[in-house]
Amino acid sequence: MNKKCDVLIIGAGGAGLTAALNAKESGAKVIVLTKEYPTRSQTCMAQGGINAALGNAGEDSVADHIANTLKSAHGQADPEAIEYMCSEAPKAIEWLDSIGVCFSRTSDAKVAQRALGGASASRACYAQDYTGLKILHTIYDRCLRADIEIQNEKYLLEILKDEKDVVCGAKVLDIRSGEVEIYEANAVILASGGYSRIYAKNSTNSSASTGDGIATAKRAGAELIDMEFVQFHPTGLKNSSILISESARGEGGYIINSKGERFTKELAPRDVLSRAIDTEIKKGESVFLDIRHLGEKLIDEGLPQERKLAKLYENVDPVHELMPIRPVAHYTMGGIKVDRKSATSLKGLFACGECANHRVHGANRLGGNSLLEIVVFGKEAGLNAALYAKENLRTTSITIDKKSVIDEIKEYDNVLDFYAKREHLGDLFYKNVGIVRTKEELQEALDEVQAIKANISKLGVSDTSKKYNTNMIEFIEFKNSLDVCEVVVKSALAREVSCGAHYIV
Amino acid sequence: MKISINKDDGFSEYETSLEGATLLEVLSDIKHTKDNTLCFSSGCRSSVCGSCSMRVNEVEVLACSYKVQDGDKVEPLKNVSVIRDLVVDMDKAYSFNQKAKTWLSQIALGTNLNDEDVKTNAVQSDCILCGSCYSACPVYAVNGEFIGPFSLTRIWKYASDKREENVEQKMNDVQTNGIWDCTLCGNCTVVCPQNISSKADIEMLRMKSAQYGLMDPNFGPFDGGFGFDGSPVF
Repeated sequence: MNKKCDVLIIGAGGAGLTAALNAKESGAKVIVLTKEYPTRSQTCMAQGGINAALGNAGEDSVADHIANTLKSAHGQADPEAIEYMCSEAPKAIEWLDSIGVCFSRTSDAKVAQRALGGASASRACYAQDYTGLKILHTIYDRCLRADIEIQNEKYLLEILKDEKDVVCGAKVLDIRSGEVEIYEANAVILASGGYSRIYAKNSTNSSASTGDGIATAKRAGAELIDMEFVQFHPTGLKNSSILISESARGEGGYIINSKGERFTKELAPRDVLSRAIDTEIKKGESVFLDIRHLGEKLIDEGLPQERKLAKLYENVDPVHELMPIRPVAHYTMGGIKVDRKSATSLKGLFACGECANHRVHGANRLGGNSLLEIVVFGKEAGLNAALYAKENLRTTSITIDKKSVIDEIKEYDNVLDFYAKREHLGDLFYKNVGIVRTKEELQEALDEVQAIKANISKLGVSDTSKKYNTNMIEFIEFKNSLDVCEVVVKSALAREVSCGAHYIV
Repeated sequence: MKISINKDDGFSEYETSLEGATLLEVLSDIKHTKDNTLCFSSGCRSSVCGSCSMRVNEVEVLACSYKVQDGDKVEPLKNVSVIRDLVVDMDKAYSFNQKAKTWLSQIALGTNLNDEDVKTNAVQSDCILCGSCYSACPVYAVNGEFIGPFSLTRIWKYASDKREENVEQKMNDVQTNGIWDCTLCGNCTVVCPQNISSKADIEMLRMKSAQYGLMDPNFGPFDGGFGFDGSPVF
């Protein structure tokens, strides 16, 4: 029996859960599917903060927030969408506060705010350096209260369309049983995250950020936009790509080279700073983040995670030592094209969060705007999908066979190791489709992606069991990322002039 | 270095040349280069997603924050059903959050918390739901309906929040199979990767409950004792 609901949401991070709450409040029957568990999504990793022009730490205005965001977007954003997001920001913070998010506070009992790169004021509200974690868990608790059905460990295989080309559900793999399931819905919302892991180990992201939703949407015919815009975070730990939050610089950290010289403005926008660091590294320098002068007390109160991670992964204690860093893939501005109502180019399909492109980040996202986006546009997506579902009730059931890509993959030869291929492609992308790009290098990357795709049946899985087959899941993820990779390089080749995070020489 | 991993078909031994690596790095390396069938959960690699909790030498750890030692024995969490190898089913442990009602009872608009107020439950709100505490809990091991450490910590997080208006109801929700069933052994505190002490939170919940006249129901009436309703028995 197919499972049925009004609004089906794929992805249970901050965007998906916010959408779920709002769709449910609008009276829709909602089911949320996640390939992990709801609190394990990328949202939990956001540390720096969430922007809103509250003016709690010096003067600020919504107009300035809009101006800063527009400037960073390099003309590639929708000014109306930015205006909407920035104007809604104070309300978003008020809502998060009202449901119990433990924001850090000022001595006069206001939500504390700190400076992040590219912002003209201290605008990022934060909860120590666990901002994303605390927001996500609080929204999750709210979903429990609303009794929203969340199904764990379900992997999206295909978005389903009816004979009129209208989206009507999803084909999903139950990871635990290995069974393929059909979910029918009047509206589907994708909230499945970004694609930074196409850079494999050269990314700060969770290993789950493989762009599944984007690749699946594309296969169903949805338009993608601005896929070449990938943000490289200036301060990933050198060996592990573990993120050291921008808040380390917001608090006053320095970027220095092997000679101990500060060679760039620490709070420049991320694209500018990443290029400056990349140039320095290419000169043969090592680059470090230095927060020693902040003192142990401030580090332990404001940046406890940073200290823990630097010790664990680089064997350095930032209270006394320098942290070796390099820029790594962190956030993908590109995604599924959506309008102001979060509707994609496919009727019945909505998208929000990092997989969607609401055109609020343009060519370069500002720190603190992604958590804001998931709350503001997660709500939009939930409300609009619920409304659409009400107005477009489906009366007939769909019959779809349960054949899937899994049957196909089991027939592959598996004579070449796809894990090695995945790592090789990630490294090639970091080098050729990275911080600084040339036409020749982009072409080389495209050729490689297409060669792998042409020979995909040489790869495959050695584990063919049904139950909880992570070898299979990772292979499907890899297949999805190949599709994403191809679009990223083609979009990069098509944009011949540098713009924000897309820097071509 | 050699480590052994408790897979579905018993312990398998693996050789690794990675020095000073985290267990997650070693597991990934084994999966990619030696045994594609090995199953484990992981995500952020930075101890905030709670995916990679497991046991090493019978102690709960996050694989991403544990440095591998020669001879380590790696096993799945306890007190939860194993799906495959090191992957366990967390659905039941998660379900206690809903059962205990881990949320603010009402929308709290316009409450002005100060810095000190936020610090009272900052640690409790660091929880990543990794489930290490359920694995280590001897009460949950024998009573599958025990609300359990992370859910009780979550209740204390909300109950100790100035924004919560109905603290009494919060206490009522954790009386049965809840705060009084804990033996205060402290295992949960020892294994928590986020330095949360559910034991201490449970003690706080007991004190708060007592303020509302809610007492340990197991503490039966005897000479000078208390009745089931908490009133003294003479």
